[in-house]
Amino acid sequence: MLLMEELYILKRLGKQFIPDVTKPQLPGPFKGRPEISLKKVNEDTLIALCPTGAIVKAPVRIDMGMCVMCGECSFAFPDKIKFTTDYKIATNVRERLIIQEGNHTPILIDENKIRNEIRSLFGRSLKLREISAAGSNADEAELNACGNPNFDMGRFGIEFLASPRHCDGIVITGPISENMAEAVQVCYDAVPNPKILILVGTDAISGGIFTGSGALDRSFLDKYSVDLFVPGNPPHPLTFVNGVLELIRAKKK
Amino acid sequence: METTSSPISIQNQSTVPIAAIPILYYDEFYALIVAWMKEPHLHCVNYYAFWKVDVLKFICCLADDVANDIKVLSHEMPRKEKMHLASITREVYAFHIFEREMAENFGIEFINNPWVKPVRYAFNRTNQNNVINDYPFYKIDSEELHEVGVGPIHAGVIEPGHFRFLCNGETVLHLEIQLGWQHRGVEDLFIKKPALIQQTVLSESIAGDTAVGHSHAFINLMESMGNVTIGSRLAIERTIALELERIAMHVGDLGNMNIGLAYQLASSVFGTLRTPIINYTQTWCGNRFGKGLNRVGGTHYPFTDDLAEKLIELLDRFEKSFAPMSERLFSLPSALMRMEAIGKVTKTQMNLIGAVGMAARMAGIKRDVRTSHPSSAYKEYAIVSHTLENGDVWARAYLRKLEIENSIAYIRKLINELKHINGPSPKPRSAADYKLGINSFGISLVEGWRGEICHCAVTDGTGEIMHYKVKDPSVHNWMALALSLRDLEISDFPINNKSYNLSYCGHDL
Repeated sequence: MLLMEELYILKRLGKQFIPDVTKPQLPGPFKGRPEISLKKVNEDTLIALCPTGAIVKAPVRIDMGMCVMCGECSFAFPDKIKFTTDYKIATNVRERLIIQEGNHTPILIDENKIRNEIRSLFGRSLKLREISAAGSNADEAELNACGNPNFDMGRFGIEFLASPRHCDGIVITGPISENMAEAVQVCYDAVPNPKILILVGTDAISGGIFTGSGALDRSFLDKYSVDLFVPGNPPHPLTFVNGVLELIRAKKK
Repeated sequence: METTSSPISIQNQSTVPIAAIPILYYDEFYALIVAWMKEPHLHCVNYYAFWKVDVLKFICCLADDVANDIKVLSHEMPRKEKMHLASITREVYAFHIFEREMAENFGIEFINNPWVKPVRYAFNRTNQNNVINDYPFYKIDSEELHEVGVGPIHAGVIEPGHFRFLCNGETVLHLEIQLGWQHRGVEDLFIKKPALIQQTVLSESIAGDTAVGHSHAFINLMESMGNVTIGSRLAIERTIALELERIAMHVGDLGNMNIGLAYQLASSVFGTLRTPIINYTQTWCGNRFGKGLNRVGGTHYPFTDDLAEKLIELLDRFEKSFAPMSERLFSLPSALMRMEAIGKVTKTQMNLIGAVGMAARMAGIKRDVRTSHPSSAYKEYAIVSHTLENGDVWARAYLRKLEIENSIAYIRKLINELKHINGPSPKPRSAADYKLGINSFGISLVEGWRGEICHCAVTDGTGEIMHYKVKDPSVHNWMALALSLRDLEISDFPINNKSYNLSYCGHDL
């Protein structure tokens, strides 16, 4: 009797998983990869709008590693800047996060820059240790969501684990506070080689809105090369899942 | 300069000239606070200090739940080598967090304060030789006892902090919580980054899980200090967003608590029910956490009739799964066994530590800014606030259920009211459209899903913000988690921790 009741609850909930995580469309107001037109605008006014200095001029460019997705630029200059719903914006080359006016091509992974061992070793199983280094808990919540029944990245062998000893790499969220700097290093050192390093969220990639705070210590990032940048404030789970999949798996021909 | 005039009382979301706040001698300041705090309907919503050139100004704000006002008083102390004050904490325990913060940031010695434990090792603390990773945890000299240390990095994908358990076998004698690893210098950045959009984005990043709550407090404060009025339509739209955040976080927490008590079905159902709510927020404003929604004076994302219709449909669907699952959970003996009388705290304890929000209401304290100091839509349309007496894990779970149902009913009521108000809401104001009052003090209280959020700002002679103060409900409530663990088996920690789900970054700032 009780079992029937529970089965009934499950049935009503229905299937939750997204069959193909590379396909879903996100609703209109979602801000993904921006497209900048070649329309002439007062570039100084445009630059001054940005809270994090992510926009530069001549030519106009937006650095998605610094953008906090507030959309202020697109509200003021809708003909100049338009945020598309393209959520596949993760890449392994920092410069590829910089979108230039007139360039409307997707952000891609540079296949030539992927270290050989990444695809051969981690292609079918990637265990990650997440470090929240002063992350605001939005990025963390979205990373947790990646493993929920919806996005279910576990089906690809991607999973967050507790012990760095059991992991293949670390994922950092947050701008890295001075108080967390030592813990980040200790945790990174504890992961066996070869290992990968992923930065998730604008705060981790550039410091975001916290750039210039006296409470940060980002020197860890000067020492190691980053294998994947996942921009967003916070990044959508689909951005993370697709980014990691493209990093660890060769495209089906 | 110092007077003996009585404190002023102001309303929530209001602004006064800083000169209107009486400056009391410390002994009067002390005596008045101690006397007032003996009244159960008064609690301290903020007590902090800041440098006004060479004078350290202390501002104390006590919320009165019966008179529905906030009493504000201040004290001033010139800069000197050794600064000391008699500790209020020894009389009013809830002041511990405020005095510890001031001791850490300004080097003030609070005489007779029982334990000046560091708060967050702020980057601008007085003693730079104190570093967080060397913190000496409380110890008991005993052959029988052992310690369990957890953190700063925890097992799951969550924020960092350190829990140190002093145990006798499996039983926890004491849990000491040390925080600070999340410190990003938020309050300082409000001054360093003076553009309105910078400050607004910052307010959304104080705690990412409370983006709507904290930004709501920020824009309410700016509108009060800048004398910007908004229509009731916009007030309703913002309040709907705030209540949606409450529903999403509460139902997500119920999911997490069920992981803690090993009821897989409920954890899966509740966890899954959070998704359509935050996806709805994304359909509204493009962000699953509601970032971008709250802006001073207006909105980029008006709540259209279409959105209203979709929300009604969503809430109907939500209830159809939520109701049978919560009914099942709260009648299942094996689940109740893991919740009832586990991690119990008393009303007296919660009053002592100045608990706010859910942590107060689950232990019999009627404390809810939405009813005692209403702002936004709560002013015009009253909301019900639930209180439970038990103070255990069950009460923290069941209160979430009640608050979810209450928020759904309230959102339906607000959407109904919207039909009579013409839209759409105006576009946001730019910083050039208004000016903050000069030499003013403003306060804004908002009941976020965890509890009372308090933002205070002080402007200088040109109307620029010279000091900004943020207080997240977790600042008070972390002590509640520590008290819940006393004499409990250490294996009950996860479910207790999840039952509070407190903010690390809200505390560390």
